Amino acid sequence: MNSPRDRRTSAWVAQRSDDWRDLESNLAEVEDTGRIEGRTALRAVHRYPEVARDLALARRLSPDGTLARRLERIYARLHRSLYRPATNLRADLTTLFRREIPEIAHELRHRIVVVAAGFAIASAAGWWMVDTYPGLVGLFASPEAVERVQGGELWTDGLLNVMPSSVLSAEIFTNNILVSLTVFCLGAVYGLGTIYIIGMNGFMIGAVFAFTARHDLAGRLAEFIVAHGFVELSIIFIAGAAGFSLGEAIARPAHRTRTAAFRRAATRGARLMFVCCLFLVGAGLIEGYVSPNPAFPLPVRLAIGIAYWVVLLLALGAFGPLRTTSDQRGSKKRVQGVHQE
Amino acid sequence: MQATDELHVQSVTGVDLQLRIASLGGRSYAFVIDWHIRTVAAMAWYTASTSVLYQEFAVSQPDATFWFVVAAPAAVIYALYHLILEVATGRTPGKRIAGVRIVTVDGQVPGIAALAIRNVLRLLDSLLLYAVGLTCVLVTRQSVRIGDIAAGTLLVYDDSNADTEGFNERAVARLGLERAELAHELLGRWKSLEPEKRQTLARKLLDDDTPPSDAALHDALKELVR
Repeated sequence: MNSPRDRRTSAWVAQRSDDWRDLESNLAEVEDTGRIEGRTALRAVHRYPEVARDLALARRLSPDGTLARRLERIYARLHRSLYRPATNLRADLTTLFRREIPEIAHELRHRIVVVAAGFAIASAAGWWMVDTYPGLVGLFASPEAVERVQGGELWTDGLLNVMPSSVLSAEIFTNNILVSLTVFCLGAVYGLGTIYIIGMNGFMIGAVFAFTARHDLAGRLAEFIVAHGFVELSIIFIAGAAGFSLGEAIARPAHRTRTAAFRRAATRGARLMFVCCLFLVGAGLIEGYVSPNPAFPLPVRLAIGIAYWVVLLLALGAFGPLRTTSDQRGSKKRVQGVHQE
Repeated sequence: MQATDELHVQSVTGVDLQLRIASLGGRSYAFVIDWHIRTVAAMAWYTASTSVLYQEFAVSQPDATFWFVVAAPAAVIYALYHLILEVATGRTPGKRIAGVRIVTVDGQVPGIAALAIRNVLRLLDSLLLYAVGLTCVLVTRQSVRIGDIAAGTLLVYDDSNADTEGFNERAVARLGLERAELAHELLGRWKSLEPEKRQTLARKLLDDDTPPSDAALHDALKELVR
């Protein structure tokens, strides 16, 4: 170790090594506890360019050497700690409900209408099929349910004698959340998965209504559905629309790359589905406690159903002014800039 | 499509970071461990709670207590295992054991929204016994499944300290950077090298008066970098 370069390197390492060790112990503390004092955080910010400079020097002196690898690790840990996104749950939720959800729902409004129309067409087809060929109802309903309807009662009659409301609600909202998320996710297959599930559900509802109508029970079935049906069906349509946007992002990504378009559609769709899942919990509670309970007369059921649906529409920003996000404002400004040029 | 090995993370300092992207092997290793942990944990909960509450495993007439105390927590353990642990601790035990962690495409720590999205899209990846996710990992450049593409995340190998552990910067002051690194590397690979070769290399780094035995050379080398 006689060359001047060796001596300078040794002096540099000797001068900096204590700082690296101190920084490592601070990082370990932050990683373990997730907390850091203001003064320590500030010192870490000042040390970031210093460690970057040390790393650049070590890479130059010995590119794949132990010192360079050690400094790379310290630098990576410091980078990760400094760039960790700040979490403010209350602010995030406020932004989600006040800005993002209305804006996403507004963007998807045409697709929601298209999905609802598709569902209605499938329902009409299901109705026609079972009305014309009643024997085909066995494709959509269990033999026990068919037998009960033929005997003049609905399969939902006496449901609370079989299962308590709490269990019924939990089972229903878990199933509905799973179905909605599946409708959303399968939209990624060019929208085909969404078409299939929405179509099948529409077909099934139409067929079952046609079958109950033949036995004069369609009115009672509608009475059972009315308290929770508005919200549940709306959410299925929204999930379908969000799923379609996933498929559309892959099929025709417009000016974005397919990956970027898919990521955007998934991020926005997932936010909407998060809110929808919250509403499905409420719909499940209604379906478990109100719908099967004969003590609730039709006007009360109708009022509950419509009121809950209005709350959903309010959450989706259907009645409020549309607040555009900074992303959209930025896009508009860019477009204006292009026109001016 | 050929997989890329590293994720280059740009920094404001101008000194970029290189993170090694986890390939199919690292990912599947972590998944298999996690799958076993969550399956065993869910089954353990089911078994323990049914044996305490009902004194039998097969409950013939499930009541509300069964659904809320036995079935629901077991289902939550199995279904939300990844999401809960990734949000709470940053990664699952399987990822910790496999030495991988989740980062965003910018190399940063993902937020709750990104973690939620990659786990919701697991529904799609898990189709056909995870064949969909597996195929996606095989054909994408960064070895990611559909959930990762949607969330803008990927898995990278953890920055393990294993190969730099024990490196003493103070030895650099005495030996110079090159000799200190060589001595450290030699010590790290001592057992994997043939005795003759490692002794020859050690003698080049040590003084001539070191005893010629293998153990003495090893001890002298350790003393050198201490």
